[in-house]
Amino acid sequence: MAVLLDVKDLTKNFGGLAAVSDVNMHLDDNELVALIGPNGAGKTTLFNLITGQTVPSAGSISLRTNNEGMQVLNGKKPYKIADMGLARTFQNIRLFKGLSVLDNVLISMTSKNKEGFISSLFRLPSFYKVEDRLRKEALDLLAIFHMEDMAETIASNMPYGAQRRLEIIRALATKPKILFLDEPAAGMNPEETAALTATIRQIQQEFGITVLLIEHDMSLVMNVAERIYVLQYGKLLAEGTPQEIQANQAVVDAYLGGGV
Amino acid sequence: MKKNLKYNAIWLGIAVLGWVLINVFEGVGIIDQFAENTLVLIGINIILATGLNLIIGFSGQFSLGHAGFMALGAYAAALVTQAIPTEGGFVLGTVIGMLLAGVVALIIGIPTLRLKGDYLAIATMGAAEIIRIILVNLKITNGPAGLYGLPQLANWSLVYILVVVTTIFTVNFIHSRNGRAILSVREDEIAAESMGINTTKFKVAAFVFGGMTAAIGGALHANYIQTIAPNDFGIMESINILIIVVMGGIGSMTGTFAAAALLGILDMILQGFGALRMVLYSLALILIMIFRPKGLLGTWEFSVKRLFNRNKKKAKEGA
Amino acid sequence: MQILQQLINGLSLGSIYALLALGYTMVYGIIKLINFAHGDVYMLGAFWGYYMINTFHVGFWTALILSMIFCAIIGVIVEFLAYRPLRDSPRIVVLITAIGVSFLLENGMSYLFSSSPRDFPQAMVMHRYHLGSLSISNVQVLILVTSIVLMILLQLIIKRTRMGKAMRAVSVDPEAAQLIGINVDHTISFTFALGSALAGAAGVMIGLYYNSIDPLMGMTPGIKAFVAAVLGGIGLIPGAALGGFVIGLVETAVQAMGFSAFRDAAVYAILIVILIIRPAGILGKTTREKV
Repeated sequence: MAVLLDVKDLTKNFGGLAAVSDVNMHLDDNELVALIGPNGAGKTTLFNLITGQTVPSAGSISLRTNNEGMQVLNGKKPYKIADMGLARTFQNIRLFKGLSVLDNVLISMTSKNKEGFISSLFRLPSFYKVEDRLRKEALDLLAIFHMEDMAETIASNMPYGAQRRLEIIRALATKPKILFLDEPAAGMNPEETAALTATIRQIQQEFGITVLLIEHDMSLVMNVAERIYVLQYGKLLAEGTPQEIQANQAVVDAYLGGGV
Repeated sequence: MKKNLKYNAIWLGIAVLGWVLINVFEGVGIIDQFAENTLVLIGINIILATGLNLIIGFSGQFSLGHAGFMALGAYAAALVTQAIPTEGGFVLGTVIGMLLAGVVALIIGIPTLRLKGDYLAIATMGAAEIIRIILVNLKITNGPAGLYGLPQLANWSLVYILVVVTTIFTVNFIHSRNGRAILSVREDEIAAESMGINTTKFKVAAFVFGGMTAAIGGALHANYIQTIAPNDFGIMESINILIIVVMGGIGSMTGTFAAAALLGILDMILQGFGALRMVLYSLALILIMIFRPKGLLGTWEFSVKRLFNRNKKKAKEGA
Repeated sequence: MQILQQLINGLSLGSIYALLALGYTMVYGIIKLINFAHGDVYMLGAFWGYYMINTFHVGFWTALILSMIFCAIIGVIVEFLAYRPLRDSPRIVVLITAIGVSFLLENGMSYLFSSSPRDFPQAMVMHRYHLGSLSISNVQVLILVTSIVLMILLQLIIKRTRMGKAMRAVSVDPEAAQLIGINVDHTISFTFALGSALAGAAGVMIGLYYNSIDPLMGMTPGIKAFVAAVLGGIGLIPGAALGGFVIGLVETAVQAMGFSAFRDAAVYAILIVILIIRPAGILGKTTREKV
């Protein structure tokens, strides 16, 4: 399998504090990888660095593109990076709260379906054509996750679990190559987590994309992840399959406390 | 596809009907010169306020400098129609004003739209004041005295037509894919960026669009009132437009129409009170805000489509 | 010498802006409202001083203190009647209400007392002192010194008293302040009283300085004082004072250079430039939203 995303010596200093230092990692095609580590280990910062919300202090991030080989992502704006195929969810849900579920999904489709300023003023027949197509695509996508009945519901009126799911769907609607999930199971009960586990697998299989997931729920991680990266104090502590990580003494000492 | 055509046709019908009705009322004398005056001012205010509502209510950016763009439209139209006092001159002047306003909005918008909330408000207010002060000090604009004796090329019919046209464009824009992107900026800028939305571009687009429609309002103002001076476009004018937007309900175009009409009529009624007029106006403003803090209509929009669907549902239930 | 002269003129004008800006910034800090009516409270202060001196023949200092008390009461009443009912409404709604209150005070005063300007009584004889080519009046010194004394007093109240601590607590987190037993409503009232009292003092002093008052006198200084508060970093007391002095100095400097027509434009241009470089004002800390 070829490397899809390559992270080299990635470092981020906030003032004197190294939130992330010299992290090397890679994601391959259609792989399900987990990123774990104690609170404050720098997991979300690493996400922010890769998806462009935070500018790295040093190191490089590069993505394999279809036409132009490996492209460096450092210094690119988040919307450019999203456009190139990196989509994410947020630890504290960030939906377009006041808009309908359908609009949340449709907004993610705009960057791949740009329209001219003039055409948006005049509503030519082509406008309706594209609009109908996108609407159908969005509803199909919602249907995969059994949310088509909620299409017209205002996002903030949905239960918590559904909001988390919608965030994932919204990210998928950008047609990403890699999906970054930041603690998707946070605040969920065991049944919801089990459903989510199935959903994540389903995404990897049906969409054929790579998933990187930050998660504290070890049952979820050990269940779905093919590979695991462990982060501690901003540094990479270990890397390996779930079995290897569970057997790794350094990880057990630092994080798992022997209690998995 | 056909359905959309039907809704659009109904909207067109409503617009034409409104025009015919006003014509008839004028013919039988229900609308006199005085009332027509009010009608025109309401129309101009609608054009100004829908543009500002796009900026504030839909893109979520707090602009307090709308009168600056209005001024550019007014002066462009005034100067061109002084040289070419024909309808063609008015069209040319308006287009020049719109382009000018668009360019200025771009220049102001790109750096300042990075600011948030009240900081943006105060920066846009400052920018509009700078425009006004430049107008006061230029020779071609005749300084603080302004321009007078302009040809009266705007009448209520033209204002009506332009209200309809700008509203259609604005509403189309809001309901397009670009419009949806603009809404996402208002809802959550960080999330929008992560979904591939170039937030800066869309904020600036809304700002430029609003500025250009304000120029249309300004041009109509100049060639209807026939006199303009820099002080007509000060902070107070920006505030008056803002009041319409907030009173109607931020994010409701229907509300903007309602508030513009209500304030216009209120103003007409209060004319008879002389010096007490502004006192009563400000009291009314405070009371409306205290008792209807969401604005007259909140975010509710009138929709032909919804009306139809509801009637259909009722018919089904009846059967 | 010329520069020193302008410095003196700029500082005394700036101290008036600073006093007004403090009121804006305190109210903004505590309820996030641009209190548009603040400039009009300053106008009311000038008028109250005018009546006290003309009708009751009180001295300047008495008039100053009476005006401060009067304006404090007005500020509390305005907050109670117009802003308190809207505590949970969107901020823009409260802003429009504040604009309404501003219109009401301006037009109400114009209606009751006519809109034509009137001479402010000379409660203190103006002396000019000359030091070489330098000219400074006792009124300028009085404005500067009084303003600075008031600012120090304000700083003491905010830093040392229980009420001041409550103000700071409410401005950081009203809900948490409530939970630890702070009466949020009283604290907000107190903030309005404090800010309005400063505006009242500024009103009386400007009356004495310019010798002329009218119902619309609060509009432009009000807006400029707000600009000063934003320039310095809104919500920050030292920022407001700094912003006030900066604007006073810029205005006099531009005027001295012979561009008096562009005086206000220069103020706004500097504001925009500073906001672009430092989006939270000179002393403000730019906070990035956490993702």
